[in-house]
Amino acid sequence: MTDNKNLTDRNAPWRAELRNKITAKERAVIPRAKMSQLDPAYRVKTLNEEVNCGLSTDQAVLEATRCLDCPTPTCMEGCPVSIEIPSFIKNIQRGRADLAAEVLRRTSALPAVCGRVCPQERQCESRCIYHKMKKEPVAIGYLERYAADTERSLRKMGLSAEPQPAVSNDIRVAVAGSGPAGLSFAGEMARRGFKVDVYEALHEIGGVLKYGIPEFRLPNEVVDAELDSLRKAGVVFHANTVIGKTLSYDDLLNEGFRGIFVASGAGLPRFMGIPGENLGGVMSSNEYLTRINLMGAGRPGYATPVAHGKRVAVVGGGNTAMDSVRTALRMGAEKAMIVYRRSEAEMPARVEEVEHAKEEGVEFLTLCNPVEYLGDEKGRVRAMRVQRMTLGEPDASGRRKPVAIPGAIDEIEIDEVIVSVGVSPNPLIPDNIDGLDVTERGTISVNENLRSSLATVFAGGDIVRGGATVILAMGDGRKAAASMAAQLLEE
Amino acid sequence: MYKITDKRYFSPKVVRLEVEAPDIARARKAGHFVIVICDEKGERIPLTIADADVKLGTISLVVQAVGASTEKICAMEPGDSFASLVGPLGKATRIARHEDGAVVCCGGGVGVAPLLPIIKAMKAAGNRVISILAARNKDLIILEDEVRAHSDETIIMTDDGSAGRKGLVTEGLETVLLNEQVSEVVTIGPAIMMKFVALLTKKYDVPTVASLNTIMVDGTGMCGACRVSVGGKMRFVCVDGPEFDAHQVDFDEMIKRMRAYD
Repeated sequence: MTDNKNLTDRNAPWRAELRNKITAKERAVIPRAKMSQLDPAYRVKTLNEEVNCGLSTDQAVLEATRCLDCPTPTCMEGCPVSIEIPSFIKNIQRGRADLAAEVLRRTSALPAVCGRVCPQERQCESRCIYHKMKKEPVAIGYLERYAADTERSLRKMGLSAEPQPAVSNDIRVAVAGSGPAGLSFAGEMARRGFKVDVYEALHEIGGVLKYGIPEFRLPNEVVDAELDSLRKAGVVFHANTVIGKTLSYDDLLNEGFRGIFVASGAGLPRFMGIPGENLGGVMSSNEYLTRINLMGAGRPGYATPVAHGKRVAVVGGGNTAMDSVRTALRMGAEKAMIVYRRSEAEMPARVEEVEHAKEEGVEFLTLCNPVEYLGDEKGRVRAMRVQRMTLGEPDASGRRKPVAIPGAIDEIEIDEVIVSVGVSPNPLIPDNIDGLDVTERGTISVNENLRSSLATVFAGGDIVRGGATVILAMGDGRKAAASMAAQLLEE
Repeated sequence: MYKITDKRYFSPKVVRLEVEAPDIARARKAGHFVIVICDEKGERIPLTIADADVKLGTISLVVQAVGASTEKICAMEPGDSFASLVGPLGKATRIARHEDGAVVCCGGGVGVAPLLPIIKAMKAAGNRVISILAARNKDLIILEDEVRAHSDETIIMTDDGSAGRKGLVTEGLETVLLNEQVSEVVTIGPAIMMKFVALLTKKYDVPTVASLNTIMVDGTGMCGACRVSVGGKMRFVCVDGPEFDAHQVDFDEMIKRMRAYD
């Protein structure tokens, strides 16, 4: 049994030894690991095969060796949940990916997910000391994924212990929503001995990790393994249950729940309000991805229909837009385009997703803003009119504001449009729990401990943030668990 | 879970299923709907709740076989279970007591099923309720006895005259509008029927509510497949509806959108 501190103590003998084994200079000349990936020509013909193949053990150990194990690691400042980055990496370097995973799990409920979907280039990796040395940062995301995936394989083979239910304190808590915030909260509370029931409106557990993110980026197997771990830790999941509808707030209190964590996500897709947006063939990315990822549309035997556009325009520049456009290619589109009003530099998507999309043949129409969709006699979209833009002064987001170029409007022939311009908070729960204060934007108001206007109700993730990342949602789940646990144990 | 306990045929293509769903039976109100999936690879189908029995913990669903999935559902037998069932979804019907005039409930085809709980609630609230049931022929008129039991007056309209009066629902409705003070009209049926009901009541300036049955996927506001234009604004049938001011609904756009996957 390894003691806890030893895993993260920079001065532990094993770790000092690793540092002394090879000089910083020698480390710095090692090139950053390249993750192998499926060939673009092959992968666009498969719907569900993950593009990134992971690092081999040799690659991971070498990449971990690159890490200089800085005494004040700036990478951690870039992580929204302050993962002990050098500590997990050094555990990989000494050949103990299982212990690396243990370090990760202290701050992150879903390391295999975050290793795949976090925008590392803007978070941890952006702060790596190597930038100052004009070198590529340590591939922290790749290493996180490696540790979590190795742990999963070891568990599958029975070589690593599964989580055990903690000693119960018999206090029941409920969670509305089974996405990253809800799962992270559930794991944290179960670990503290609370009895946790998670309610999900859809028929599958996992929220956006299942309906939203495609398997070519996040395989269901990875999410299912995390759900299994939570079940083994004592968490009970209920699908097909809408809190505020199937079970009211009072029902939950009557059932004996003493705390409720609302993590219902940003469920409402935004549209642009331009003419023709309600034509057939124009849909939200949520609709498109849900049909395919959750409902199996387009796969043999599945009843849910989906449009198979030949010329598909995806409006937006975020990860969901990349997911949609790459899915469209895999569904047989001959031409799949990203239509984005700013330039590529301002795109919120992960750099890797943009690169993968390009490799797969996605066309990028940047500085283009749709202004109208044109339909045929049956009411189906046949073309879009786009306004060419140029970049002006920085706006509130700090990005240069797109400005229309007068008269520069083009018509582009298309037969399917996927609108991916963001989401708004889902009103279902705020509308159905009396006394729950919401902001002007419709998000649930919470204090610094993520407690709402009702003492028993906490909230986190996109229902509070309005549309953020998996890691921030997870961080909220963790934080809400700490506050709710403290409150309930004090009572 | 979600086991079918009873099945009755209204016609060869229309069945009434009683389904175990105790939480929904308890929570549902008139106007609410559910989403069912019949089997593992099935699609999510919205169905309005026709009735519920809190004691038995069952809800009643009336299903017309119009496509592959509804055909499968209609072929399900007592003892079979839905792969999933979620609800009650949507906003409940606003039930008002009208002192100054009658409430006319116009149902077309299987639209009569979701109309029944509204008829009951309108009657229970103390309204004078006139129900108009319309269908192509006699065999397609459903729930006539139940509707009669909760209505002050019931008018049957068939396209071929095989039952009641020959003619469209609007003809029956116009007769009522000409003969008595009407405070509210509620209509549920095919989109084209609701469109013409709305056009007629607009002429008579009678407030009218239509319950829309658009394409849906999740039914909780997430996908936007069900979006409609109401008074020029985009609304989601699943969370903002399913009932809207019929005079404000862009039925032509809605009808086109409903053909998206034909």
